[in-house]
Amino acid sequence: MSGNGASSSSLNMISGEDVVNNNLSALVVDDSPLLRLLHDIHLKKYGLKVQVAENGKVAVDLFHLGASFDLVLMDKEMPVMNGVEATKELRAMGVTSMIVGVTSKDGPGEQQAFMEAGLDYCFEKPLTPEIISFLLEELNKHNNKN
Amino acid sequence: MDFVNQLQRKFIDYSSSLHREGIVDDQFTQLRKLEDENSPHFVMEVASLFFEDCEKLINNMAIALEQKQGVDFKQIDECIHQLKGSSSSIGALRVKNACIAFRSFSDGQNREGCLRCLQQLSHEYSLLKNKLQTLFRLEKQIVAAGGSIPRVH
Repeated sequence: MSGNGASSSSLNMISGEDVVNNNLSALVVDDSPLLRLLHDIHLKKYGLKVQVAENGKVAVDLFHLGASFDLVLMDKEMPVMNGVEATKELRAMGVTSMIVGVTSKDGPGEQQAFMEAGLDYCFEKPLTPEIISFLLEELNKHNNKN
Repeated sequence: MDFVNQLQRKFIDYSSSLHREGIVDDQFTQLRKLEDENSPHFVMEVASLFFEDCEKLINNMAIALEQKQGVDFKQIDECIHQLKGSSSSIGALRVKNACIAFRSFSDGQNREGCLRCLQQLSHEYSLLKNKLQTLFRLEKQIVAAGGSIPRVH
């Protein structure tokens, strides 16, 4: 899956009602309890099974323990292990989940560095319903090919 | 029934005013759409978490700006960054904009400018909190009177 720092305006959006997924799982990695709750509810609304992790190390440890997820939403700035380090480590482990970076930083350089760690996509907060619909559509396409 | 209609009308008008005044933006509307029978108090929970975040970060910035040995602008920047992220995610437009303005003074290591921005940020946060708490009280009144919360688009 090739990565790009896509913005919501450049994406071919579909309606959220078309992508209810009962078989997909997601991991939300964010040090903010508010954002973990937001993304958790948002993804559950689309039928995903969701787990949360408060930093990159917790996320990496989950994969080390044998967990697997179709989608990982990875915040960039986190204590203990940030999103860049966690993404690099997951890819080095051979994790092929779709990893989507979520950042508050505005600079294109920031997003580029994060993408190069191994992300599939990178978006600025907040993740809108349109972006989540797009990601789930991409996940479905990817899973249908396999 | 007429009393419920009056409350619902009041709720719609009040919700619309929050958008008109720029207190909240479309992201807040999107959050409300996520509420259903499985998560009926979702927006209230998210707002509570946001209020806690805000108060903690504003307090941390106030302390940082008062340090006699020198202001840690990196810490200020981290606080602003976190607050901008969470305010964007909840749709707190004026708080978010206050963070954007604050950042420019923090980047310039301008202590006086930061103090003014912190004051503005505190003001916008208090305004948001009061307005949202009023909105949530209206919701409770509607439900207590046997009505349903209208969808505001």
